[in-house]
Amino acid sequence: MSVSTASKSAAAIDRARADGRAALVGYLPAGFPSVQETIAAGIELARGGADLIEIGIPYSDPVMDGSVIQAATSQALEGGFRVQEVFDVVAGITAETDAAVLVMTYWNPVMRMGVDEFARRLAEAGGAGLITPDLIPDEAGEWIEASDTYGLDRVFLVAPSSTADRMKATVEASRGFVYAVSIMGVTGTRNQVSDAAEGVVRAARAAGAERVCVGLGVSTAGHVREIGSYADGVIVGTALVAALRDGGPAAVGELTRELSTGTRKN
Amino acid sequence: MTGIPENSTPAAAAGTPEQTVDGQVTDSFLAGGESLRHAAGPYFGAYGGRWMPESLIAALDELTETFEKAKADPEFTAQIAELNKNYSGRPSLLTEAARFAEHAGGVRIFLKREDLNHTGSHKINNVLGQALLAKRMGKTRIIAETGAGQHGVASATAAALLGLECVVYMGAEDCRRQALNVARMELLGATVIPVTNGSQTLKDAINEALRDWVANVSTTHYLLGTAAGAHPFPAMVRYFHEVIGEEARAQMLEQTGKLPDAVCACVGGGSNAIGIFHGFLDDPSVAIYGFEAGGDGVDTPRHAATITLGRPGVLHGARTYLMQDEDGQTIESHSISAGLDYPGVGPEHAYLADIGRVSYEPVTDSEAMEAFKLLCRTEGIIPAIESSHALAGAIKVGQRLAAEDGDASEKIVLVNLSGRGDKDVATAAEWFNLLDEKSAEAEIGKEGEQL
Repeated sequence: MSVSTASKSAAAIDRARADGRAALVGYLPAGFPSVQETIAAGIELARGGADLIEIGIPYSDPVMDGSVIQAATSQALEGGFRVQEVFDVVAGITAETDAAVLVMTYWNPVMRMGVDEFARRLAEAGGAGLITPDLIPDEAGEWIEASDTYGLDRVFLVAPSSTADRMKATVEASRGFVYAVSIMGVTGTRNQVSDAAEGVVRAARAAGAERVCVGLGVSTAGHVREIGSYADGVIVGTALVAALRDGGPAAVGELTRELSTGTRKN
Repeated sequence: MTGIPENSTPAAAAGTPEQTVDGQVTDSFLAGGESLRHAAGPYFGAYGGRWMPESLIAALDELTETFEKAKADPEFTAQIAELNKNYSGRPSLLTEAARFAEHAGGVRIFLKREDLNHTGSHKINNVLGQALLAKRMGKTRIIAETGAGQHGVASATAAALLGLECVVYMGAEDCRRQALNVARMELLGATVIPVTNGSQTLKDAINEALRDWVANVSTTHYLLGTAAGAHPFPAMVRYFHEVIGEEARAQMLEQTGKLPDAVCACVGGGSNAIGIFHGFLDDPSVAIYGFEAGGDGVDTPRHAATITLGRPGVLHGARTYLMQDEDGQTIESHSISAGLDYPGVGPEHAYLADIGRVSYEPVTDSEAMEAFKLLCRTEGIIPAIESSHALAGAIKVGQRLAAEDGDASEKIVLVNLSGRGDKDVATAAEWFNLLDEKSAEAEIGKEGEQL
């Protein structure tokens, strides 16, 4: 077992921090509306100012997603998306940009391919690691081993409901950053950032987290500014997916430039 | 280990030891090893666990703790016993089906009559228990998923009885087909929300209920209807249904002086099955059979034979057998019986299959409907189509037992008749061409056929 590289996600967040910014993290589902357009949108995302990119794997039973992302991933599946194409998306974006590219996935597709096989191919494609919304560290033995073998980041989620003990265990199991869920709910745009978000970040830091990014319900530059004042990174998903749906990759670039105006710390 | 009778039946009666996914051959339950009863979870061998978003882990912990305390609290167990007796009508009867048994090689067949419970199925056992736990946790709202509506109706019933708000998620297609069950739930004070996401079936109703739960977990208990999902649900739902097996075992001994040779139940998620199986898990002489929905046949893509043809994966919080494609995407299941139409199965069943303690076999729609008609005509009992899968399986098991050495009339098969068939009359009438083509019922039946 050898760790071949340092954390790509941590390096991307640290570069933003050195630049006086919170990192901007953007989510796009693979294969929506096509694999090539996901790559094009990912490149626009990076050029528009995203430091990290999450590529979601469309899944038949997305229990943590709201209606916009569900509609996009259902369309990708109806269009014949295959899980292995996520590696093409990752390779396509990393070939053209410096952004750290992670894959966000429900666990069964990884388990079906084989955790080690999935990790090996993700590393080969230049991916930074995995964000796992329905995998908790308690069940992650195989993934922890594979991510060590291939030098991948493992980003677990923490929530407003996480106890101090669970927060500590989750922070310790994570590498790259910790994903703080801002609200008890599923993905989707909301008018206001939840008051709970800052508390989750504080609790994660108290548990030893060096890098904490906040996601769920973040859709405007104002939200980015508010969260960026206390978190190391700000994650935007649904708003970008809606932009891609309505205006294609160019609209993703435009929204990203707008969002990135909120990242400056002072 | 207690309660193991002296019995000379060879151990092999319980099924041939099978190669497990982990490559082990396991028949240690027969070797006088550990008890299989009261398995506490979170793991059943390699199955079970908590493959769930972190946001819900605190609620699962709270539920586990509340459940463990309640089990040890005489006040709680007395409350359950009182409701079972004076509300549900327990103990349910054990009825010998002599005329039906003539078609099963001449063995004796006994029916555990869960169809006679209030609301018409075993589901009431679990909803009363979980609704009481919800009250103990100070939750004021329960949510539930339902396919054809049986668990939704049971949940709405428990909510009405205990003064809880109730929201039921149901696939939009199922809502349309089961309009009368939607009306029943609404009469009982529940709100029914049609689910239009994904495949609009039971699994999508579970997904939507989980999304609701994440957002409202401080006030809401998710009253899952089967022995599946994340810990503590599989062990907890089984606990509330263990009464089926306990009663049946005592009733068998009382009526026949011995244990049955075989126990049969239908398996969708597997709650009625695990309830009756539990009473006999440690009885090596008793062979146990779970019958899955074979739909159009397991050589077609239209079935719900999860253990027979699925492979391990994670869905709705548990590692278990799943119907999934090469990419790990869930495959839609098909069965004439909405209650068995689920692409997963409870993790304890996955384990019992791997160690060879329970044999799981598919029963097709046609076989189930023939058994449905046979019970109607020979015993004057209209069974649920779900339970008809167990009846069809019992005919096969009876014929096999009769072909073995010994007097067939000395052999006994116990069947869990998990529910009554009143809800299935339109589907059955259509299946057997009993309806005037222009009748409203014929329309409902046709729609049912589109499943």
